[in-house]
Amino acid sequence: MKLTKTRMALAGALAGMMAAAPAMAELVFPSLSYRTGPYAANGIPFADGYADYMTLLNERDGGIGGEPVRLLECETGYNTQKGVECYEATKDEGALVYQPLSTGITYQLIPKATADGIPVHSMGYGRTSAANGKVFEWVFNYPANYWDGASIAVKHLLDVNEGDLNGKKIALVYHNSAYGKEPIRTLEELSKKHGFELSLVPVDHPGQEQKSQWLQIRRERPDYVVMWGWGVMNQVAVQEAANIRFPMENFIGVWWSGSETDVLPAGDAANGYKALALANPGGDYAIYDELEANVYSKSKAAGAGDQWKTVGYNRGLYAAMLAAEAAKEAQKIHSTKALTPAQMRDGMEALEMTEARMADLGMANFGPEFKVTCENHGGSGLGKVAQWDAGAKQWTVITDWIESDKEVIQPLIDEDSAAYAAESNISERCN
Amino acid sequence: MLYREAGDFKTSYADDSQTFPIRFDRYRFYAVLAVAVAVVPFVINDYWASAVLVPFLIWSIAAIGLNILTGYCGQVSLGTGGFMAVGAYSVYKLMTAFPDVSIFFHVIGAGLVTAAVGLLFGLPSLRIKGFYLAVATLAAQFFLVWLFNKVPWFYNYSASGQINAPERTVFGIEVTGPNTEAWAAYLFCLVFVVLLGLLARNLTRGTLGRKWMAIRDMDIAAEIIGVNPLRAKLSAFAISSFFIGVAGALFFAVYLGAVEVGEAFGINQSFLVLFMIIIGGLGSIFGSFAGAAFMVLMPVLLKNVMVGGLGWDTALAAHTEFVIVGALIVAFLIMEPHGLAQLWRLAKEKLRLWPFPY
Repeated sequence: MKLTKTRMALAGALAGMMAAAPAMAELVFPSLSYRTGPYAANGIPFADGYADYMTLLNERDGGIGGEPVRLLECETGYNTQKGVECYEATKDEGALVYQPLSTGITYQLIPKATADGIPVHSMGYGRTSAANGKVFEWVFNYPANYWDGASIAVKHLLDVNEGDLNGKKIALVYHNSAYGKEPIRTLEELSKKHGFELSLVPVDHPGQEQKSQWLQIRRERPDYVVMWGWGVMNQVAVQEAANIRFPMENFIGVWWSGSETDVLPAGDAANGYKALALANPGGDYAIYDELEANVYSKSKAAGAGDQWKTVGYNRGLYAAMLAAEAAKEAQKIHSTKALTPAQMRDGMEALEMTEARMADLGMANFGPEFKVTCENHGGSGLGKVAQWDAGAKQWTVITDWIESDKEVIQPLIDEDSAAYAAESNISERCN
Repeated sequence: MLYREAGDFKTSYADDSQTFPIRFDRYRFYAVLAVAVAVVPFVINDYWASAVLVPFLIWSIAAIGLNILTGYCGQVSLGTGGFMAVGAYSVYKLMTAFPDVSIFFHVIGAGLVTAAVGLLFGLPSLRIKGFYLAVATLAAQFFLVWLFNKVPWFYNYSASGQINAPERTVFGIEVTGPNTEAWAAYLFCLVFVVLLGLLARNLTRGTLGRKWMAIRDMDIAAEIIGVNPLRAKLSAFAISSFFIGVAGALFFAVYLGAVEVGEAFGINQSFLVLFMIIIGGLGSIFGSFAGAAFMVLMPVLLKNVMVGGLGWDTALAAHTEFVIVGALIVAFLIMEPHGLAQLWRLAKEKLRLWPFPY
């Protein structure tokens, strides 16, 4: 019970803390990124995109509405413990919105951030039922959530099969965590509705070893494989699918399993692999000219600068753009330049992304149109399907925006959010 | 000069065999305790609680638990993460099944459940030793994590397979859930650390501890002098698991609040605790604290210095942190194989003679 040494270590840690004195009167956007660990391949492009967009705002417009933006990056390594530490370390610096890019950390932050009054935006990930704004006041997951994703994938399969999936077998290969388990409920409902048979194939963290899972798929011979993977698991799954000669066009990943890094290692064998798309892939947008002029050419780009125009980087840009637009909205509502997290929340709730607005920002047709309301924090739930072209080394969007099956999803969202509300004694808002 | 035995006369057997026979040691212990109880709760904030002190206290309990088994009884275990998961899931089931009972008893209950599970997985230790036992406990680790992922009853059929700690109070003060004050979480953990620390210290000094050490040093000799290996080994497994279960319960309920078994209680945690006791010192209660402090606080300190102080890129800092912590571990193991506790012991020996070493 001799704690003296510990105390000394604490004193040292205190000295470290002192050195990081906060500077106020800026718009603080924490970026809980992960540039290390088995998920870094996906974490780096997102973090770079997020940071570069914020740099662009500072360089070009002097911030948002004239107020400079400060990006506060904190490394989580996709680890919930470190995520909590990052949250606690950054929240007192005036953090406006958290985008942790991890479902596990999102689950962790939902109760904490709600208690502290700081909004969380889990863009296309996190807790699906957070789409119900009546219960989740501080949590947003627009423009689409996991259950939308599951439904969009099934709808695409319906389209391919002329509207009939009866008797087909679909296997779900998923990351055995809160993230991967999210779509199961929806897929079960959908399998009842459309009459397909669902089999579940979990892959444990981090997913470098999937021999037995793909052996199972080889044995069961499903017609389609849907994947909820992340990080190194994606690359391995695509490679394993190629190894058992599973037809790639029957293999669909969610939007987190569809970036260049996921398919490039498998080379030509990955040709034809499909994945959902939240934001459009590619670099054919006016925003890239602005980035070139204001960020890249001034060597202010984040990271190594090798991620531009990739799917993950685009998604980082998209997340940052949505945050910045919400901040503009908040400044308008409260007619103030400096924002508090509560004001930011109001801005997020009033956010409306239209085609014209995205075009103005140089991101025409980048994401879906949607409008956030008090009740609906989940956006429009639209997604596209993209297919990998191994020859050209690029993703080609093969469908228009597909709308998810709200008839199935909405009752599930209501049920799950009602359970959360009962658990945490929350009464419904917006009435 | 101050740290000495001379002049400190003991007049009773109780005095002679107390935990801290040297007066200075004793007062220092009381001083640390007083600071921890009476000063820290008033100055603590959210960051200090959830990034530094609460994890340190919880890992200390886990390290003491593993130290009892590995350091005192000589049974190598790699199942710590799995046993922590048992603690976390049992406290979750207890919390949700009996919402009106104080969380304090739930944590104790979770420890008891873990003790039972530990006893079960301790059975192979009667037949196998050393590396082979480590492999058997490794099986426990993977089995338990798989079990909590597989059987929905354990996570109350939640869609995501996560468990979330509901709000629970002690004497009307919240200690779990999002609205917990930093000082409440800290004090709640501190109470367990102090109680369990004293318990471990006294167990290891008594008959049971001596039996464990006899088994550790040479089990055949121990058996010949009348130590029952069945009882000694299984009691070590049960008590160690109790500590680890309490740590797991606090880790989930007070520290994280929401847990996913694969990530929070994976094999990494087993290794982390094992490193703690190796760095801190096998067979030493102080070593458990020192090791926990080293493994938990060092990364936070390095991160704050490199990112906050020097303004480094976060990825570079994270990689450098791995390198530095790794190098420190190697350096420690080479220069002081008996851990931080041995350094402390040597320092005390020197202090006794200081300033006249001859």
